[in-house]
Amino acid sequence: MAVSVDEAVATGPARDHTPPARRRGGRGRSVLEVALLTLLAVVMLFPVLWMIETSIKENRDVYAIPAKFFDFTITLDHYRDVFVDPDGGRSALSVSFLNSVVVAGASTVLATVLGVPAAWAYSRFAVKAKKDQLFFILSTRFMPPVVVVIPIFLMYRQVGLIDNKLGLILIYSAFNVPFTIWMMKGFVDEVPAEYEDAAMLDGYTRLQAFRRFTLPLLVPGIAATAVFALIFSWNEFVFATFLTSSDDVRTAPPAIAGLIGGTTTDWGLVAAASVVFALPVLVFAYLVRKHLIAGVTLGAVRR
Amino acid sequence: MSDHVPLTTDRPGQVASAAPPAPGRSRRLGDRGLAVAFISPALLLLLAMSVFPLLWALYLSFTDYSATRGGPANFVGFGNYTAILTSAQVHTRALTTLIYVVGAVGLQTVLGFGIAYLISRRTHGRGVLTTLFLVPMMLSPVVVGLFWRFMLDAQFGVVNSMLGSVGLGQVEWLTRQRTALLSLVVVDTWQWTPFIMLIALAGLTAVPKYLYEAASIDRASEWFRFRTITLPLVWPLLLIAVMFRAIEAFRLFDLVYILTNGGPGVSTETLSFHIYKVAFLGFNTGTASAYGILMVLVVIVLTQFYLRYLNKLKEG
Repeated sequence: MAVSVDEAVATGPARDHTPPARRRGGRGRSVLEVALLTLLAVVMLFPVLWMIETSIKENRDVYAIPAKFFDFTITLDHYRDVFVDPDGGRSALSVSFLNSVVVAGASTVLATVLGVPAAWAYSRFAVKAKKDQLFFILSTRFMPPVVVVIPIFLMYRQVGLIDNKLGLILIYSAFNVPFTIWMMKGFVDEVPAEYEDAAMLDGYTRLQAFRRFTLPLLVPGIAATAVFALIFSWNEFVFATFLTSSDDVRTAPPAIAGLIGGTTTDWGLVAAASVVFALPVLVFAYLVRKHLIAGVTLGAVRR
Repeated sequence: MSDHVPLTTDRPGQVASAAPPAPGRSRRLGDRGLAVAFISPALLLLLAMSVFPLLWALYLSFTDYSATRGGPANFVGFGNYTAILTSAQVHTRALTTLIYVVGAVGLQTVLGFGIAYLISRRTHGRGVLTTLFLVPMMLSPVVVGLFWRFMLDAQFGVVNSMLGSVGLGQVEWLTRQRTALLSLVVVDTWQWTPFIMLIALAGLTAVPKYLYEAASIDRASEWFRFRTITLPLVWPLLLIAVMFRAIEAFRLFDLVYILTNGGPGVSTETLSFHIYKVAFLGFNTGTASAYGILMVLVVIVLTQFYLRYLNKLKEG
């Protein structure tokens, strides 16, 4: 993994000046670069900070003109509203969070169970037209969701999977399987096939060799892959919004988007819900940061 | 297949090294059978959930079927396709999509590469910096869209508030035709610059140090080193990232749906968004399917370029 490697590419500029001048020029430039980086980091992070700030502001401070950056009253009311209904009991949002957990979890398990063995088989065996198959698998992942959702909608209407968690789980699995196969194939390729050959010389079957010797070595890779699948399913919006409608089934993304439907929008609540929704993703993404490049390119680019 | 597995090796674990099961028969489990058994479930799911729907859409695209009207679907030949390809409405959306893709991906590439270059020149704190820059990319488009909608609000949005405090006028970001598309490009750039940055950084840190050392011995200028060492070595990987982003941007739907809902007027309607309107608001399922199939064709061509290039890069 290249990013976390703490080894400079080129340490400082090397110009054709005399040493002292060169050092001063280097420092001036270095300061400029640090300043530029800081500015960019602030710009990139400001919306996130503003979201967190809005989520703990009192309503009158949320809509203050000009915007209040520092002296506002802190409240956790919005967070309470995310989970608790005004009339008591669980809020619709908290139900949708629970649905998201179920849908994302189940689809990740299904994609892993189907994808990991397939990845192993693609890595180990001479499959006919292997490359074409793998490219076909990956290209299904690039289909525009809006196009896929039209026939899926009609299909689900026929079999009663509209507004059903199982319907979402299936379509998310189908979108995660290509990713799982590509990502896992990379991990399997890294485990020498000789381990299995040796085990088979000892009398194990191929399947046993896979289960007893290769699979344990793949566990970290499987975990990382599953985390990315989890994030994709958790964040997905298009299928969720078109294939579900009722509060009991709806996942969090369409539920949060639904908060802005009316005439007035409670932006404090939107911000709090967004923070609650985004926090697990950021934690999980941090856990798999070593595999981020492979993860976000669907396993296509590995370092 | 399972009947080939010797009964005695059900649990070979505990006694594995001491008494391995008898070699021979077990090998005949058949690698071929195993490969089929392991691959086909995944392929079946893909066939059912990706290929079959597309084939259905292909069939519908030759009919005048409407999902709400129900009734039988009448065959209309290539009618839907000619209607779409000659429609001025579609041309407008294609242009909007093109402007958006070129604008957003272009900006992301320049900014992402710039940030990666700056980070790669730092010796300390690279890990922290990279992590911080990556946050926008991990957020759901829903969160990103909603939040920018709030920040770009003409009345109480923080962006206008900041513009006001430095003495600049207020901008109606999401309710004016030109600025709405610009806002879309800006928000997408904000979210996906980290993607380009991440991959560019991987390319930059992989450039062997000795090349720079050799160049500085030769007293090569900074620009010369950048142009002849850095860029050629990072370029292939950067191109992968750019192509990937271009495909994704071409399909863009959710951000438009949340940030501007296509408006004002139709100024921010991308092709995906237009398909959604034809299918789910106009209920012309047949036309929308043809529209979708055309889009899929474009995506397939783009993906082929991408995969070919990726393949070349892996083998090279």
